[in-house]
Amino acid sequence: MTKYKMYLLVCGGTGCRASASDSIVENLKQELETKGLQDEVQVLMTGCFGFCEKGPIVKVQPDNTFYTQVKPEDCAEIIEEHIVKGRKVNRLLYEDPENKKHIEDSKHMNFYKKQIRIALRNCGFIDPENVDEYIARDGYSALGKCLSELTPKDVVDQIKESGLRGRGGGGFPTGLKWEIAAKNEADQKYVVCNADEGDPGAFMDRSILEGDPHAVLEAMAICGYSMGATKGLIYIRAEYPLAIKRLKIALEQAREYGLLGTDILGTGFEFDIEIRYGAGAFVCGEETSLIHSMEGLRGEPTIKPPYPAEKGYLGKPTNVNNVETYANITAIINKGANWFNKIGTEKSKGTKVFALAGKINNVGLIEVPMGTTLREVIFEIGGGIKDGKKFKAVQTGGPSGGCLTEKHLDTPIDFDNLLAAGSMMGSGGMIVMDEDNCMVATAKFYLDFTVEESCGKCSPCRIGNKRLYELLDRITQGKAEMEDLQRLRNMCYVIKDTSLCGLGQTSPNPILSTLDNFWDEYVAHITDHKCPAGQCKDLMKYEVVEENCVGCTACARVCPVGAISGDKKQTHYIDPAICIKCGACEERCKFDAIIVK
Amino acid sequence: MEKVKLTIDDKLIEVEKGTTIHKAAKELGIDIPVLCYMNLEDLGIENKPGGCRICVVEVEGRNNLAPSCSTNVQEGMVVHTHTMRVINARRTVMEFILSDHPKDCLTCAKSGNCELQDMAVKLGVREIPGQEYAEMSEYKMDFSPSIIRDLDKCIMCRRCEMMCNEFQTVGALSAFNRGFESAVGPAFEMDLEYSTCTYCGQCVAVCPTGALTEKDHTRDVINALSDPTKTVVVQTAPAVRAALGEEFGLEAGTSVTGEMVAALRRLGFDHVFDTDFAADLTIMEEGTELLGRLTAHLNGDKDVKLPILTSCCPAWVNFFEHNFPEMKDIPSSARSPQQMFGSIAKTYFADKINVKREDLVVVSIMPCLAKKYEAQRDEFKVDGNPDVDFSISTRELAHLIKAANLDLNTLPKEDFDKPLGESSGAAVIFGVTGGVIEAAVRTAYEIQTSKKLEKIDFEELRGIDGIRKATVDFDGIPINIGIAHGLGNARKMLEDIKAGKSEFHAIEIMACPGGCIGGGGQPIHHGDSSILKARTKAIYAEDAGKPIRKSHENPYIIKLYEEFLGKPMSEKAHHLLHTGYFDKSNKIEIS
Repeated sequence: MTKYKMYLLVCGGTGCRASASDSIVENLKQELETKGLQDEVQVLMTGCFGFCEKGPIVKVQPDNTFYTQVKPEDCAEIIEEHIVKGRKVNRLLYEDPENKKHIEDSKHMNFYKKQIRIALRNCGFIDPENVDEYIARDGYSALGKCLSELTPKDVVDQIKESGLRGRGGGGFPTGLKWEIAAKNEADQKYVVCNADEGDPGAFMDRSILEGDPHAVLEAMAICGYSMGATKGLIYIRAEYPLAIKRLKIALEQAREYGLLGTDILGTGFEFDIEIRYGAGAFVCGEETSLIHSMEGLRGEPTIKPPYPAEKGYLGKPTNVNNVETYANITAIINKGANWFNKIGTEKSKGTKVFALAGKINNVGLIEVPMGTTLREVIFEIGGGIKDGKKFKAVQTGGPSGGCLTEKHLDTPIDFDNLLAAGSMMGSGGMIVMDEDNCMVATAKFYLDFTVEESCGKCSPCRIGNKRLYELLDRITQGKAEMEDLQRLRNMCYVIKDTSLCGLGQTSPNPILSTLDNFWDEYVAHITDHKCPAGQCKDLMKYEVVEENCVGCTACARVCPVGAISGDKKQTHYIDPAICIKCGACEERCKFDAIIVK
Repeated sequence: MEKVKLTIDDKLIEVEKGTTIHKAAKELGIDIPVLCYMNLEDLGIENKPGGCRICVVEVEGRNNLAPSCSTNVQEGMVVHTHTMRVINARRTVMEFILSDHPKDCLTCAKSGNCELQDMAVKLGVREIPGQEYAEMSEYKMDFSPSIIRDLDKCIMCRRCEMMCNEFQTVGALSAFNRGFESAVGPAFEMDLEYSTCTYCGQCVAVCPTGALTEKDHTRDVINALSDPTKTVVVQTAPAVRAALGEEFGLEAGTSVTGEMVAALRRLGFDHVFDTDFAADLTIMEEGTELLGRLTAHLNGDKDVKLPILTSCCPAWVNFFEHNFPEMKDIPSSARSPQQMFGSIAKTYFADKINVKREDLVVVSIMPCLAKKYEAQRDEFKVDGNPDVDFSISTRELAHLIKAANLDLNTLPKEDFDKPLGESSGAAVIFGVTGGVIEAAVRTAYEIQTSKKLEKIDFEELRGIDGIRKATVDFDGIPINIGIAHGLGNARKMLEDIKAGKSEFHAIEIMACPGGCIGGGGQPIHHGDSSILKARTKAIYAEDAGKPIRKSHENPYIIKLYEEFLGKPMSEKAHHLLHTGYFDKSNKIEIS
């Protein structure tokens, strides 16, 4: 086997691949061959590094040099300078936004300083398409340990003791779930991995499957051992082609190595996994819907009980966990429950992966210990708000969550605190908003999503959410009245109180949390017919400031609907009846003569 | 059985484990309103998707409200069914449902008989806030020969879907689209006509709103009755008389044969006849066919097709044409009583009264919606003129009677006209599951054995179980008889025949629960299966009270053969009273 001296790790996540990281790998390899270094330096395509804001990323090992926003044409310089001459390419290094210094080693970057990576431990380190690399990082040793040293009950006890809670949103204790599934006797049981990640902006499960697929396969096999199941199913949305491809490769390699199939590791234990595709319905992340979808039925929930652990897939006991939950399992088995349960808060152990998005400097994927505050995540890891604007709110929990404000910034993030604050953990989407975000429009955005994704089975979710959306729409158009807010709140409570599944039970949360935290903004839309954030178009009015207008006609020429009139060198006038509020005139005017009211 | 103690509205109750809150409350006399939930207990048909959320109740210690129809009781549970939180939630959910429901109650076919309307009244909904800007979901109308679908009125209770898939195993209806656009219909929103629909009408029978209704022919009937150039005859199916009274406030199970005849006569029908006459005729033909096949079988003919299956249920005929076309030579070739009647009326009777075929209009009153489709099948037309011009349901007849200011409660009992109005008790029981085969046995036994039946009632063929078996002794020859009602049960029978596992010589199949008395054209039972039981009882009582109880003893049937047909299965009978079946398995097209 070739012993390489250096490694070039290129991010192969979906985001970086979209920015030509495939070509980067190609070019790096070519340049190395030109220099005859192909046997000394290995180029690897890994999973996501998390720092998507500055992708594509190229990391050099062993010195941890972290190159950002690399283009295929930069490859020659990286090889020539860094590899051949040993000089780092400064212009590609990450620049600290505070002191403007280039940071050579990624571990000194604020983005990584506070992160602890358990679920993402192999993402960005190994080639996900090579099982040997996974094995080299203790891969499949947890499964080996379970099969040779632990009884199924020991495994369940370990997971229970670790305090791991489901990372899909609800936070149900994983060990307990496994225990119930283990106790239900049946001729066939199933282990299901929920990879139907559906929150807008969330991509942690996809990144794990793309970057470290074996971690999930191994954990599923461990789960199968603990509950007495021989069959695993991964329910993944078909719009994750890269994750599917890597899962398929991983399955093939694991079978080839005897890590899946009959007589695993010579212990007689049998377990294999199949992939099932979903069409991307959000509600199919709900476990009963997911199971029905796998059974070939309409993807809609049924009333629990019976829980899947009693009657799940094809009526058999079934354990459903999401990708990130499984990604924690092998670390718990390898390092012990007591290692894991020292991380995090009293009732939420371990770490949580978040997809940071919105008006934040460092958009990307992070993993932090439970108990990290929102402030640390947003201002330290996330690098604060874009363009020096003011922080307004952070939305967690996707369409099921709420908007938290300034006053919540020092809340340690865990399942219970977020719930108490009027939001929820959800699967880990975290969208940061600044002063330009209207909170009514934000609530409307989420309701638009829920209306689209409701399965239609129960009336409050099917019709109620539509009515919520319509009322929010009226508010953003300035057509609502104050008493409508009371009706809005009542509808929210009833929908939460009466909906069949988690989707409807939480869909009003974005409205309730913004009503609680941004009441004045709702009132401004209704009584003043104004959107304080300037986002709601129907409430905006473009006007010419007489004293600034020089009559240059630039605005009239750029207006696509001919709403602006006025002679040369005369003050112009915008006809509000024609204006479509596109903002082109404001952008074109050099004299600050057009303002939005 | 394990018992569970709980408190509902401060009252302590002990019920069996596994009971729902709704059922437990009912035992206490607390009637929690339900909308999507339906339980035809005697038939083992239950619909509880937990979708409408009208039946929610407060359970102490639980975060959200619980759907009482689908939440099981637990030891020590404390339930409140009418707190302000519950009442507000129920009303708000009802406002949601109504906000997406057309407000054309005045002209809706279900007006006055609509569970959604009743619920709105019960919950005291007086306005629908925000209605002026509430979008309504809209769908195309579907006009099939039997059933009209107006999905704008669908409230997603899923009862029709359950009946179509689980009970009937027809699979024509399922939920389509997502969220606000969801409704129930054939895949790809095709019209029913292009689906595997059998027009059994069980979807219509359980629909709580006006989303599924029958194709209404009352206007056509009124036109025919007011046309002086037409002679209009009417035939009434056996199950109609056992249910029509319900539409006039009479207790379920009240037989109104005489009053119905009086009403039809006052409506202006020129001749008031009985489909029962044709049922007797069916027995003559089908019974003869059965004996023919049986004799051939007993004589060692290996090619003879057994078991013979009854063919009087048009939904059942549609079902095997769609699903088992390879077995289309097994059912009896005898036409249904409706079609036999039409055929005889437009030949034998038309000649008798000297009226041209085109000037004779045959109207049938049926408990069934598939009969509407059957009446317009091409094979039952002569030069484009159908043997049965219009088939109307029991419900439509009630509308006609009411529109004519008549009331069954005050009408005298009158007799059917002759000759096509005379019938035996055997014909009456065609209206219930097991009845056709019992009628056939009464006749076939006497013909086969040349002995008089000692006991006319075959209790072993009666009952409500979905699949029943009995062996009748034909003077030393044991005849195995099978009975199925509900197409799901029929499917099981057919699968057995296909697999060569069937032990039967003859099988009776009816598509609807309980037979025709539970047909898709009957007064809406609103989920009360005791109504079906009462109708069954009325049918058997009518049979017991008849002076003639065997089809071959009906003097007018004897006369019909003497004067016109010759003998059963004669060439003329074959031409007028028998039919063939078609392979419809490929009929599914994307429109």
